[in-house]
Amino acid sequence: MGLFIQVLLDGLWAGMLYGLIAAGLSLIWGVMDVINFAHGEFLMAAMYLSFFLGFLLKIDPVISWIASGAFLFVLGMLTYKLVVKRTLGKAMAPLLATFGLAMVLKNVAMNRFTPNFRILSGTIMEGRVINLGNVIIPVPNLVTALFSLVVLGLLYWMLTRTRFGWAVQATAMDPEAARLMGVNTERISLLVFGIGGACVGVAGGLLPSYLATHPDVGTLFGLIAFMVVAMGGFGSIPGALLAAIMIGLVESFAGFYIAPVFKYVAVFGIYIVVIMIRPKGLFGW
Amino acid sequence: MNTTTQNILMKQHGRTLGWAGFLVVLALLPSVGIVGDQFLSHVLVMILLNASMAQAWNIIGGYAGQVSFGHSVFFGIGAYGAAYAVTMLKSTPWPGMLVGAVLAAVVSVLIGYPTFKLKGHYFAIATFAIVEIFHRLFMVWEDVGGAVGLDYPILKDSWKFFTWSKSKVGYYYGALVLFALVFSLVRIIERARFGYYLKAIREGQETAESVGVDSRKVKLAAMALSAALAALCGSFFAQYNYRVDPSMVLSLDMSMKFVLITILGGIGTLWGPLLGAVILIPLQEYTRAYLAKLGPGVDLIIFGLIIILMMEFQPRGIMGIIDGVVSHARKRAGSKAGNGGTP
Repeated sequence: MGLFIQVLLDGLWAGMLYGLIAAGLSLIWGVMDVINFAHGEFLMAAMYLSFFLGFLLKIDPVISWIASGAFLFVLGMLTYKLVVKRTLGKAMAPLLATFGLAMVLKNVAMNRFTPNFRILSGTIMEGRVINLGNVIIPVPNLVTALFSLVVLGLLYWMLTRTRFGWAVQATAMDPEAARLMGVNTERISLLVFGIGGACVGVAGGLLPSYLATHPDVGTLFGLIAFMVVAMGGFGSIPGALLAAIMIGLVESFAGFYIAPVFKYVAVFGIYIVVIMIRPKGLFGW
Repeated sequence: MNTTTQNILMKQHGRTLGWAGFLVVLALLPSVGIVGDQFLSHVLVMILLNASMAQAWNIIGGYAGQVSFGHSVFFGIGAYGAAYAVTMLKSTPWPGMLVGAVLAAVVSVLIGYPTFKLKGHYFAIATFAIVEIFHRLFMVWEDVGGAVGLDYPILKDSWKFFTWSKSKVGYYYGALVLFALVFSLVRIIERARFGYYLKAIREGQETAESVGVDSRKVKLAAMALSAALAALCGSFFAQYNYRVDPSMVLSLDMSMKFVLITILGGIGTLWGPLLGAVILIPLQEYTRAYLAKLGPGVDLIIFGLIIILMMEFQPRGIMGIIDGVVSHARKRAGSKAGNGGTP
């Protein structure tokens, strides 16, 4: 029973992390119907920043997530201005343009920072655990999970309770009509990309506490984020959280009860199954 | 009335002759010594292979408008088919190629049947997921070498083993046969009823169905053909590369290659895949060779930048640029401007 709960909790932590990473993607997809293919590389960029802040300036990830979030806010807005804006409304063009951006970011990292895995040691949260009888809760994962809840909660609150959020929703539903109502849709799109970037920046800022940084680190996380958002349904924040936790649990249970090598096969498999039953995702419309 | 049909027929005959002439010229290249240089012949082989891959994808992605990111699955099945026949069964690669092509067609129908009902991004992401599933299964499937993959033994240079170690001329002819097969098929499809069905589905599935096109059947047929041809390209790649492993053939990057070359050349057009390969492959090979001193990945950084710029300024690809230039020239000449090619 203790083991079962341990596997359950591990799945929960993984799922919450996926939720945190997917939050920004969900926002961008929901508002602009654009898949930001460079999302995983955004995460990678944020991790490098946090790693180097820790390695060179001895700033701990529990603080440098602020810097990573701010950095990615700017990178997100730049991406909109320089890469995405001109491709909007042209079928697959935004997806492929951001794929090009992903190639550039990944290979710049490869070129400048080498493919080496970089591990930050001596961080505040390193190796800390909470013992609850025969169940162990690692502190970094717990903190990430809390961040995930806070970020997703803030996003949800912002979208549904603030004037800015209403303007964002109006832009998502009908940009033309929103413009006629006096919404500056251009500014909304720019900020949505910035906020979407900031969300993944926060995730990337925290991660070096317990994950190695390398140029390819974002690829798998990016793919899982796509699954999370598609499975949750077009831009639905609660849907994304539910899908993320489902994926985390499937990964954890398949890894433990079937075989570790099959855990991602199960993850991508469950996505295919869900999307067959609900072609627009769990909360899609 | 009769003269117009005659005119059209004449024009078609002319085009067929032109196509045959083009293939003959390509076939004669080695005898005038152009393929002698190892690096140049490598680039030519890669152009022909990548043009064939892109054209195979173009059938389902371009003509039928179903943008699949899953073609590395079919490419991988073909590559593993040939490699398994050679390394495990100690036979020639030919039966592996055939079985691989058939198997890829079957798998593509199994994938297409449920996923074709998904729209837009949902279809795209489902095909990513399928690539990842296959990648991970092949990584742990020890009968086909697992993560290490399959390494070729030394074989006798011959068509029988589809192997040429001394010069690349053999591979050049092999790639040319593949290229001629794929492009000729698509040329025929473009003018056949089947091709019009595909385009009708791309332009509007509901409308196509309302005039009696069985869209699901047509799409599955296109997918199967596309997958079988992609598998043949994969077999060629295995023979040329002399080894396969999951990360090399069954990866998202390989899938993207099919998509990018076609789109950068001109999606849904006959010559787009060739133009895309003619421009991108040399660019990639030469930057990789000459910019190596700048460190790893420089070629891919340039490739990425080209993709971004092309998507921003001409998402119809090189064909779009050509159309633009042609119509501009016509306008200049004062005659009636072409209808395509709005920049």
